[in-house]
Amino acid sequence: MKRMLTTLLMAAALGLGVSLPLAAQDKAPAAAAPTANATVATAEAQAPAAAAATDSKAEAPMAASAAAPEAAPAAATPVPNKGDTAWMIMATVLVILMTIPGLALFYGGLVRSKNMLSILMQTMMVFAVVAVLWAIYGYPLAFGGDGQVIGTLDKLFLRGITPDSVAATFSKGVYIPEYIFVAFQCTFAAITPALIIGAFAERIRFSAALLFCVLWFTFSYLPIAHMVWYWAGPDAITDAASLEAVTANAGWLWGKGALDFAGGTVVHINAGVAGLVGAFIIGKRLGYGRESMAPHSLAFTMIGASLLWVGWFGFNVGSNLEANGVAALAFVNTFVATAAATVAWSLAEWMSKGKPSMLGAASGAVAGLVAVTPACGFVGPMGAIVIGLSAGVVCLWGVNGLKRLLGADDSLDVFGVHGLGGILGALLTGVFASPALGGVGIFDYVTNAANPEYSIASQVWVQAQAVLTTIVWSAVVSAIAYKLVDLVVGLRVAEDEEREGLDISSHGESAYHS
Amino acid sequence: MKLITAIIKPFKLDEVREALSTIGVQGITVTEVKGFGRQKGHTELYRGAEYVVDFLPKVKLEVAVAEDLVERVIEAVEASARTGKIGDGKIFVFDLEQVVRIRTGETGADAL
Repeated sequence: MKRMLTTLLMAAALGLGVSLPLAAQDKAPAAAAPTANATVATAEAQAPAAAAATDSKAEAPMAASAAAPEAAPAAATPVPNKGDTAWMIMATVLVILMTIPGLALFYGGLVRSKNMLSILMQTMMVFAVVAVLWAIYGYPLAFGGDGQVIGTLDKLFLRGITPDSVAATFSKGVYIPEYIFVAFQCTFAAITPALIIGAFAERIRFSAALLFCVLWFTFSYLPIAHMVWYWAGPDAITDAASLEAVTANAGWLWGKGALDFAGGTVVHINAGVAGLVGAFIIGKRLGYGRESMAPHSLAFTMIGASLLWVGWFGFNVGSNLEANGVAALAFVNTFVATAAATVAWSLAEWMSKGKPSMLGAASGAVAGLVAVTPACGFVGPMGAIVIGLSAGVVCLWGVNGLKRLLGADDSLDVFGVHGLGGILGALLTGVFASPALGGVGIFDYVTNAANPEYSIASQVWVQAQAVLTTIVWSAVVSAIAYKLVDLVVGLRVAEDEEREGLDISSHGESAYHS
Repeated sequence: MKLITAIIKPFKLDEVREALSTIGVQGITVTEVKGFGRQKGHTELYRGAEYVVDFLPKVKLEVAVAEDLVERVIEAVEASARTGKIGDGKIFVFDLEQVVRIRTGETGADAL
């Protein structure tokens, strides 16, 4: 009965995607171009529905449809630069590697061997399911339309996008193929729910994991991505009036001026909070606190962490959407912040516990990567180092002291590392983006230069608003989604199945045969 | 006939095996086991979770011998397995009622 209900629910989710576009069939594909007529007179500016942010502001451009029949009479379709395109293709590949097998092995090594395959399966399947849903309906809901909270379904099934379609970047007149923008953002949407599974590892029902991730992706990832990253693109801003128009139509948090280069809020806080809520709702593992639940292979965990670090260069640097000096800055920051965090965690652990552990070093690296994610294109390298050092120490506390305080069995420390690291990174971005502290400041698309004025206090307050919004939104959506999934299929496996190990009970396989 | 069981430190296995060969013992059975006596375990730390690992890896070996070999086997194992530190292990001697060689069907002393 429950299995039938799950299938029905998932089919309904897909069916939604199918029926809506059929209804809106006649809508012109290039319709999403609110700023098209208004501002851009330059040759390049096709229908800059694409929100691309060049230097400072948010990410997520909309794509400018190459077709745009009624919009721009003059401009020929901008032709993307081959270097930018090639880079974005590689960046996308790197982020895929982060999930499969990076995250899969990082998490997998941390669980007991009887549950190894369940982690690998959940990671791979969540990734695959969300990737398909992104292509069907996720992309336009995140990066389309005019709303402040969510997009539209005008590009359902990626309708209207062709190999010639372009998406804006953060530089005026610079575009990349829309398809690669779709693919790049797809990898983000797919890895984010996969992060959550660490929180309820070793006891979640497989169908529940998939169902929850589908619901959470739809109702938490997409809106937050839209609120933080959606705008009409740099070519839509030419003067104060157009800036105001763009801001009024952009994502709510983008409009407030929140800085999140590669997804500190959208990905890490979002997933971290969902994980913590899940850990509370699903309950502790059998034997937690009494039996040994030591990682079965820290060698795998280290391999996974290394793949994450390397792949993260695609994640952070690719978020620049083009290959230029800002991308290089993001690269350096991703490098040094992570290194600093690894050292900080290891040293702090060495001093407090007596021995520096491999798990600590690997965790420190991930914490640094998480914290520098919102900051990488905005801060200077020294600021990045400070962010990394802080993350190493703060997240070490997150998985020790804070974890004991909270009292939940967040099995793989999703909140302690991703949640806390994301919060810290988002707030510190507000500090170190300041030109006074080596940052690049906030780019003004009207004057086409960085704004010389920068108030750390007010920017940190804006960052805090983004952080709080994400925390509350994710927590509420997650709680509802978990409860719903529990009603439909049941969140947890039976006791004897948990004892036997999910590999055998859920997947009929063993990872290892001794 | 006697069955001699010895629990020893794993790295001593080769020495013990050679010592037994020298005194004419033809076959032994070896199992990897875990255990503790007076030797303490160690603590492992995984992020915030601390585990005390009481069980230490040991090797158990079993030898079936005729009564006249028992003293020499005990001496050989003792000498070769000893390090002088806590955790060296123990030797147990059991009475062996019957032995059968599967290939030929021989029993008793002929099967040892």
